[in-house]
This record gives sequence, C-alpha cells and structure tokens, in this order.
Amino acid sequence: MTKCLLGCHPCFRLNMFSKGTKRKFSDGGEEISEETLVGARMASSYSLQRQSLLDMSLIKLQLCHMLVEPNLCRSVLIANTVRQIQEEMTHDGSWQVVTEAFCSAGQSPSERLVATEVLCRSREQDAEPKLFSVISYEGCREEEVVADETLCSVSVSDAVSNVCLAGSIGQCWEKSDVETDDEALEDSRLGSGEDEEIDTEDEPSREGPKTIGQVFGTFEIKNSSPGPDSALEELFSDVDTSYYDLDTMLTGMQSAPKMGPYDLLDSLAPSHGSSSIVSAPNCRSDLNELDHIMEIIVGS
Amino acid sequence: MGEDGESPKINHSFLRDYVTEADVISTVEFNQTGDLLATGDKGGRVVIFQRETEPKGESEELCESGEYNVYSTFQSHEPDFDYLKSLEIEEKINKIRWLPQQNAAHFLLSTNDKTIKLWKVSERDKRPEGYNLKDEEGRIKDISTVTSLRVPVLKPTDLMVEVRPRRIFANGHTYHVNSISVNSDGETYLSADDLRINMWHLDITDRSFNIVDIKPANMEDLTEVITAAEFHPHHCHMFVYSSSKGTLRLCDMRESALCDKHSKIFEEPEDPGNRSFFSEIISSVSDVKFSHSGRYLLTRDYLTVKVWDLNMEKGPVETYQVHEYLRSKLCSLYENDCIFDKFECVWNSTDSVIMTGAYNSFFRMFDRETGRGVTLEAWRESSKPRAVLRTRRVYTGGRRRRGDVGVDSLDFSKKILHMAWHPAENIIAIAATNNLYIFQDRVNPENQ
Repeated sequence: MTKCLLGCHPCFRLNMFSKGTKRKFSDGGEEISEETLVGARMASSYSLQRQSLLDMSLIKLQLCHMLVEPNLCRSVLIANTVRQIQEEMTHDGSWQVVTEAFCSAGQSPSERLVATEVLCRSREQDAEPKLFSVISYEGCREEEVVADETLCSVSVSDAVSNVCLAGSIGQCWEKSDVETDDEALEDSRLGSGEDEEIDTEDEPSREGPKTIGQVFGTFEIKNSSPGPDSALEELFSDVDTSYYDLDTMLTGMQSAPKMGPYDLLDSLAPSHGSSSIVSAPNCRSDLNELDHIMEIIVGS
Repeated sequence: MGEDGESPKINHSFLRDYVTEADVISTVEFNQTGDLLATGDKGGRVVIFQRETEPKGESEELCESGEYNVYSTFQSHEPDFDYLKSLEIEEKINKIRWLPQQNAAHFLLSTNDKTIKLWKVSERDKRPEGYNLKDEEGRIKDISTVTSLRVPVLKPTDLMVEVRPRRIFANGHTYHVNSISVNSDGETYLSADDLRINMWHLDITDRSFNIVDIKPANMEDLTEVITAAEFHPHHCHMFVYSSSKGTLRLCDMRESALCDKHSKIFEEPEDPGNRSFFSEIISSVSDVKFSHSGRYLLTRDYLTVKVWDLNMEKGPVETYQVHEYLRSKLCSLYENDCIFDKFECVWNSTDSVIMTGAYNSFFRMFDRETGRGVTLEAWRESSKPRAVLRTRRVYTGGRRRRGDVGVDSLDFSKKILHMAWHPAENIIAIAATNNLYIFQDRVNPENQ
C-alpha cells in the first residue's frame, strides 16, 4: 500500500507553483539550481500521488456495486474527489498527457468507444449518422475500428461499475477538440435485454462527464411512491455507453490492446450489420469468394 | 451486550474477541425521562433497558441506583429484498426516537434504511381470573358444569412487557433513511434520506408530505446529499438539515410547502491554508443536534465538533478539535474508508458539555465554559464496574507520559460512533461495537 502524503497537499502545491517562478542566478543562470530540481522532483511525486489517489477513487467507485445498495453519500464524496482531481489535472495540462498516452498505445480511445458502441447498440437507434461523424474523427479508417466484444459484454453486465470512470474520458473529449457530437455517445442504448440498466437515468444528458451520474442513477427505484418519472419511462431509459471507455482505457493502460483490427471478424456477430463497419462484411465476402474460387479450381 | 461473567476455569477470551456482526450496536437513545434506554443493532433487534429504582428503607425518597437492566428485547426489522433492483435492504436499525409519554405505555420509532415503525411498549402485570365460560387453560367449559356465576377478578402476575408494532411507515423513501425526528407538537415526525425529507403524521401511514427535495433533475449533477435532520425542540415549524458539503440549512415550514429554500444557511468559509483533496470529505457533517435550549446547534464533521448560534450564520461560535492528529493521515484513512465514518455528537442536559466519539474506543467530552476537552475510553479491559474512568491521551509530541497512546497504535476498528446522554442527569451510554457502556458521574450526579 503506497503511503500517500496527499493529506499534506498544501506543501506540494506550494512547490508546484514555485517551480514556475523566475529565478535569478548570480552566475548567469545556465545551471539548474538544486532547489528547482528538488521542486521538480516534489512536483512529480505530487503528480504520482495525485494519480494514485485518482486510481484509488475510481476503484472505490467501481467496487460500489455489491449485494446491498451502496452508500450514496460515500459515492458522492468520492465522485466529487475524482472531479476535483480531474479539474486540477486538466488545469495543469497533465490530463492531455493521459490521453496522449492512450493514443500512443496505437488506438485512440474514441475508436474503441465507437466500436463498443456499435456492438452494444440495439436495433432501434437513429444514431447512425452521428456514428459516422465519430468515425470520421481524425480521419480514421474503418478498418481501424476495433470492437472488443468481451469489453462490451463486460460492460453490459457491469455497466454500473464502469459508469463512474467515463467522467474522465468525457472531459477528455472536450479537451481534445473532438467534433464528436456528444449525443452520439449518449443515444446508443443497450436494448431491453439489459436488466441492470432498467433503473438508470431516464433523461439522456447533453453534456460532459455525465456518467458519474450513472452511478447515482442506479439508486433510483421504482416503487409505489408517486413521482414524476413513470415506470415505463425508466424501463426504456437511455444508457450512456460512453462509460465503457474508461474501462477500455484502464485495460489499455495495463496491457497492449489484445485485438488487432481484423480480430473484429472473429468477434463480430452477424446481426450487427451496421454499415459503419464496412471492412468486416467486405472481408467476409472476400473470403467467401475465395472459397468459391478454390472450389472451382479444385473442381469439387 | 453488557458484561459477561467469566468462568475462572475456562479461558473465554477468544470468544470475547469474536463479534457477531449482527450484534453491533447501531443506535442508542434515552427516552424523555431517562428511565428507559433503547439500543438498536445491525441485526434489526431493539433492546430496551430500564433503570432500576430501589426504595431506600425508611427514607421516603426513592434512591435511583443507576443500574440499567434489560427490560425488553424484540426484533424490529427483518432483512428485506428489493426485487426490482435485486438488492438487499439491510435490517440494521439506523435510528430510534422515543415519543413523549402520554399514558402508561411507551412508544418509540425505529427505522432501517427504508421503513419506519412505531412500536408500543406496554407492561402487563395483572391477568383476569375466574371466567365463567372458560376454564383456567382457556378451554370452553361445558355449560352443564356451571352452577353459579362469579365476577372475574384481576390477579397480579409476573411482569410481562409486550411490544407490538402499531404503525408501519413504508414506501416513503427511495434512498437510505439516515434520521428521524419527532416534532414538539407530538403529532408529526420527519424522516430524512440522502435526498429527501418527509413529514409524517404519527397516525397516518399511507401518506407523507415531502418537505425537502434536493434531488437534481439530472442525477449526474448530484454533488451534495443530506446527512442528518432534526426538528427544533420547541418550534414545531422549524427544522435543520445538514449536508455532505458541511452546510446547515434551517427551514421554516410556514414559508412554503416545499422547503427547498432555506430560511438560514450556516456555512463556515473554507480555510485556504488547510486545503487538500480531502477538504470536502472531512467537512461533511455526520450529525446535527439542537441544544436543549433551542438556541444552538451542535455539528460533527470528521475532525471537529462545532457549536453554532442560530443567530449567526457566518460561522460556528465554538470549534473543538476531536482528533486533529489524524489530519496528516487523511490519505490512509481515505484508503481504508475510515474517513467516511459517521460519528454522532450529543449535548448534556444543561448544554454546558458536549460529547462525541473517536477511534481506539476513545470518546471526547468538551466543557464549553472552559473550552477544555478530555479523552475517555470505553474498553472492557481498562474499566471494571464502578471503577473511576481515567483520562487518556494521544501522544502528539512533547513530553510523553505513561499511558499515552501513539497515533500509529490507534485501533481504527474500535470506533465510538453512537452515544446518548441522559436528559436530566450525568449518565451517558456509549456503544462500542457490540458492547454498551453506561457511565455515571458520581461526583456531580445532577446538573446544577
């Protein structure tokens, strides 16, 4: 267990600020003073501790979902702490570093998001045009869209646990000049096969890190007490799937992505014939044609 | 609960260390006279203790010996299951509140996370005997054997305490109920959960009025929850509720039906020098209590207890450090979740002393006149019945005295969360895990 000194946060903050101030050296200023080095070291250890606090908080939020209804007060306090850390990190610019790290892993999180979204989409949705706009982000080719069905299925059953994490990705979107229509992320739905999502938010939010709210959304219950929300509304409530992505983000952090672009073929179910993933059916038909040609050649 | 006699031959110490989760006391409350003390536990049981009264020989005065003995035990709440959410509903008793006594029977409200119940506690020490149509065992007599009529008479029997549920206030709360408070009008009470406060009439179970609702339209915008609520002791239209952000809101029900707009908000501005990522968590108020006079409020947050004057909203009038030495350990306490512990706080009968719990079985008392605090311990090893409690100290620097406890040797699993102070005398009840300690001030038993 790492011993965190973030309780003594003020002293680190002081150093972080002081490292930016101009220093006057009597000797001409080329040398890096020891104090600056120490300051830099403290700053990086502060960032490390802040990061570990963020990770700890996210894990705490994830572990919320147990047999008994989790404590709302505790969840709110942890979520507020996460928000605070995120705000500070975006302020410092270190949030960019985090997102760049993912991109350098070979896959932009947005692609993974789209992919999981596609797989988890049910029939009815009208978000396809928006989907295209997401895909066209940064000119990614369709083949590079990776769908991790296991991720999707994990998300389906553990949606709540993944929920809270997306808040951070949500902010990432805003900062990375993504032209993503937020609604594309929000409108995808799981479909009615998902029992656990029945009780989540009935109103799709239009803004940023909404997913932390999904944690609280599961606290809604339908009971006989009269309220403005009708039971039917909640049954068909929207689920924001952008919360899958932090799960993918975390798994991406730990290891290189396990699936390459063409693994999509193996995992893609035939029913998910979304036109956005063009490569898959194309490849499939190619293979079929190849078989056909082989048959002719072999003369069987 | 209570002290077990130890057999000199068999070593029971290993049994003593094994605490059944269900026996952990979750609430303690004296009734208005202090004769009865109720405790609720995690297993949904309520145990009521009664103070023994011993009439002294020739003297006409009844000398109260101060001993509390078990009066009645009953199962208040059972474990429940929410089928819609596939979640269990804990049977743990969150709060017990006594109603003012109106006749021979006693009434109390007990609540778990979702349901509040009104219980009637009554005594029966007589039974009718000499029925004409029934025999002693209750079987119908053969009429031909009845030769004469007699009037049944009441004969004294062994005391029997009967506890019956009189009202069940269910389906009023979506979130977890954290507080109940009986109104001074004697007819209504409030129940507060994380986001809403409802007002009930004691006789009506199928309806309640929602008087506070802080649920945002988008649950994603939720940043603050209600942590405690209480009615004013004298003004039946006024109540206060505390939040996880450290604010107190005083509401007047005469202003509007829905008291989302507060009459007064009590908030202490944040100290910029002490700012950290944990500032908000440690500012969350875990308990709020009106003083008996109705003039002051007592609040508990993670590191301090504060006294507020209802006439001054900009900050507390008194602040007492409960365990400031934990400030540098906040990160570890966040990691092991201790930072979310909800400590209660209580006033004494004259509002001159305040008390709250801490870790390592310690609890703290602060004298408001001198401003000084004392640390006491509720632990079986160090206190024998009728022994004088000695004060304890946590070593934080300077000269170390014998008996001082280092910060790192504090046992964070032994937390004193729940306690009560007798309404008239200096008797306190402290819940320490599954044990109940009752301490009495022999030097100053009555308050001046």
